[in-house]
Amino acid sequence: MAAAAPSRFDCIVIGGGHNGLVCAATLARGGRSVLLLEAAARVGGAALTREFAPGFRVSAGAHLLHLMPADLKRELQLAENGLEWAAQGMTTTALVPGGAGLDVSPGSAAQGLSPADALAYAGYTARMRRFAAALAPTLSRVPPRLGTSDWADRLSLLRLGWQIRRLGRRDMRELLRIGGMNVYDLLEENFESTALKGALGLDAVLGANFGPRSPGTVLTLLYRLAAEFTAGEAGLSQPKGGMGALCDALARAATAAGASIRTAAPVASILVEGDRAAGVVLESGERIAAQSVISSADPKITFLRLLGPRFLDAGFVRRVNHLRSRGLAAKLHLALNRAPAFGGVDQAALRGRLLIAPSLQHIEHAYNHAKYAEFSERPVMEITLPTLNDPSLAPPGQHVLSAVVQFAPYELKEGWQNGRQRFMDKAMTVLEECAPGLGASIVGSELLTPPDMAREFRSSGGHWHHADLAFDQFYMVRPVPGAAQHRTPLEGLFLCGAGCHPGGGVMGVAGRNAARQVLTAHAP
Amino acid sequence: MNESRAAHFRQPLLKTPFHERARALAQAESFIPWAGYTTVDVFTTMEQEYFAIRNATTLYDLTPMVKYRVLGPDALPFLNRLVTRDVGKLQPDRVAYCVWCNDAGHLIDDGTIFRLRTGEYRLCTAERQIDWLLDSALGFDVEIAEVTEHIAALAVQGPTSCAVLKALGLQGVERLKPFEIGYFALGNDQLTVSRTGFTGDLGYELWMEPEAAETVWDALMEAGRSRGIRAIGSQALNSARIEAGFLLPNVDFVSAEHTIRTGRDRSPLELGLAWLVDFKKGHFTGRRALLAEMTQGVRRQLVGLDVAGNKPAHNALLYNDEHGKREIGSVTSAIWSPTCKRNIALAIVDAPHCKIGSTVWADIYLNRELVWERRMSRAQVVQRPFFAPERRRATPPAEF
Repeated sequence: MAAAAPSRFDCIVIGGGHNGLVCAATLARGGRSVLLLEAAARVGGAALTREFAPGFRVSAGAHLLHLMPADLKRELQLAENGLEWAAQGMTTTALVPGGAGLDVSPGSAAQGLSPADALAYAGYTARMRRFAAALAPTLSRVPPRLGTSDWADRLSLLRLGWQIRRLGRRDMRELLRIGGMNVYDLLEENFESTALKGALGLDAVLGANFGPRSPGTVLTLLYRLAAEFTAGEAGLSQPKGGMGALCDALARAATAAGASIRTAAPVASILVEGDRAAGVVLESGERIAAQSVISSADPKITFLRLLGPRFLDAGFVRRVNHLRSRGLAAKLHLALNRAPAFGGVDQAALRGRLLIAPSLQHIEHAYNHAKYAEFSERPVMEITLPTLNDPSLAPPGQHVLSAVVQFAPYELKEGWQNGRQRFMDKAMTVLEECAPGLGASIVGSELLTPPDMAREFRSSGGHWHHADLAFDQFYMVRPVPGAAQHRTPLEGLFLCGAGCHPGGGVMGVAGRNAARQVLTAHAP
Repeated sequence: MNESRAAHFRQPLLKTPFHERARALAQAESFIPWAGYTTVDVFTTMEQEYFAIRNATTLYDLTPMVKYRVLGPDALPFLNRLVTRDVGKLQPDRVAYCVWCNDAGHLIDDGTIFRLRTGEYRLCTAERQIDWLLDSALGFDVEIAEVTEHIAALAVQGPTSCAVLKALGLQGVERLKPFEIGYFALGNDQLTVSRTGFTGDLGYELWMEPEAAETVWDALMEAGRSRGIRAIGSQALNSARIEAGFLLPNVDFVSAEHTIRTGRDRSPLELGLAWLVDFKKGHFTGRRALLAEMTQGVRRQLVGLDVAGNKPAHNALLYNDEHGKREIGSVTSAIWSPTCKRNIALAIVDAPHCKIGSTVWADIYLNRELVWERRMSRAQVVQRPFFAPERRRATPPAEF
């Protein structure tokens, strides 16, 4: 793509997912010469649109945009770069077996709750929003290091403390009380409604290696809410043309800023000269020199495969190797010859996000299987019907169902070769109960298990956060101590993927934070 | 050996293959545990054994020393990433003294690497550390196995040791240079002999199958009868190693894997082992931290002290002047050296007092019939080793 590319770049970005693209665009806007290398034939990573059945296209990885900060979208002029919306401010509806769906969209009144629950719900959502607002600025900053005399580290810590202190005594106490709790206990002490608790609890464990009773699930929920807070008013959104359109716009923004993008250029290794990163070697054998290498690949691939343990200390390698990075979320794509109908849900709600998580206990039971390398007997799901908002994704009159299905452990006891069809059947049973007749309308399907995603999106474990978001892999120690400020033990090598603070989901913040770190580290 | 392992709860300490022979000579009945084995601390008296090291030949059972076999295509890159020294320079049939560090450049352990004729490397360490070795092996095609139980080891040290080995029938043993390995047959037994040791004197270490242990012990005792051979325990060896200036883990430093308090770890630069650190060989664990330490300046150093008087400065705190206002370090090992006739010590001393020639003051506590007295003794930072006879290097060694 790049014409007359220079032989040496200031920066090479490995991986053209949204974080890599944001990083490349930000670096190019900062005046650096940037080359982005993507292994696949097109950019997008796990935020891409592709065909999964003849004539049917889907966002094969993430299928909703709700975490990308509004200022980042403005900064990279995504609208000017061709990003259009099929839907914004989408609703979230919990499917209730044999009953009317429960609207749990942000700001909704959640009709159908008992008076006590309605009151509690208003208080809970307002409180969680205040917490999210307090934590949100932390996401967009490089985490501090402890025990240094660097004023920036101290300031960063002070800011976090100040944001929490500013909540006021009551809220601060409450935040500190619930911060380490599990979401099961939190919701149990707030609500009566089983369906409401299930729906709110699902968000805490989506994409995570957790059940609602796992410690730290309030943290994962707060993380999600804080990221949503930075995204501003747009709420749950669906780009026209699927998530791939977002990355196409990001790529245009990067190119417009002067970055070169090469696809089908898989990196084999990171070049090291004089104990610093000096460029990359492609699988083709081509060597490209650069002052800095910024990897959006996950930490295990970056350190253990592309760089190699022999350039790293043994303790650091041990930490990277022990990162918990096994995905538990599967992705189900169905091609339908007619619009599906879900019981208890109106047409407007179908255009939004549908949740199948009837109760916390149900989610916990679904998760229990995963602990023993089995898939859930009755999986929980987050469903979208993208063609209702964007008919271009399927032939006229036909539709696509896209669902995140949990739990499907990366390492399945019986092996995915044997388990794939059985898991598919379990998921279909659950879906058929909520949408009778759905099965008969299927004309094509695809199930992406974590190993499939690991292959397609080139991540170890097929984890959409690259590494579990948990207390010990969070903020100042994400992904591991010694690499938590986007810098790595190797001078000139940086991380910009979901494995860094603030984590995964289609946010792009890790990419931007990393770019800022590179810009300060290497002033031209 | 498997039987003994299965019954470990009945007998917490294992017996080395030399145990029966050693026990028969252990008049003082003074045993200490060492790395899971019962070993002799003193056979008769410490003094008798010490003087045998410096004047005759001694046998010391070092079977409990932990030994690992390192084998595979990546054995050399693995070892080079593990230790601070360039193992690539280690020739076949040679031994190298090495240290290895954690990421922070702090010492985990010291030991020796043997490059054997079979193509494998043997790593001898003070502490068991298979976990650190396996972690260090991530990404390397290398096989690591502990072989401590499968190799019996005996140190034969002292000025007449070469003569004893020749009398034993090891033809050509006198041609072995320091840190060289030779292979010999003794009857039906195979002996691997390295010219290494922990005494700072002329000496060898013999490595053999456990089954050969008693035969070799008996043959050595016979061959050494006229040259004053004597079995020694750990106490006598400790005096010899302080004179030689050798470090003892958990005495002169604590492994960084075991320290709990901050600031108790030691880097090889602090321990005076900078000569073992090769920054040019490529990356090794701790390299970046050690480079940073070099740039920032080493804050303290392990040094040799020549202390006034004849009272060993055991555990003494060190001060910058005789008033004892400002503490600048502490003694880790101390003895009255019978051979040097000097009161010597190893100590950790803050910069800049650690320079050769500096004067420091040792606060020595003396227990005189249950009454404690304090003595502030002048001490001078001196070169190590305290005792380094020519014979430890001479090849061939002198005849006796």
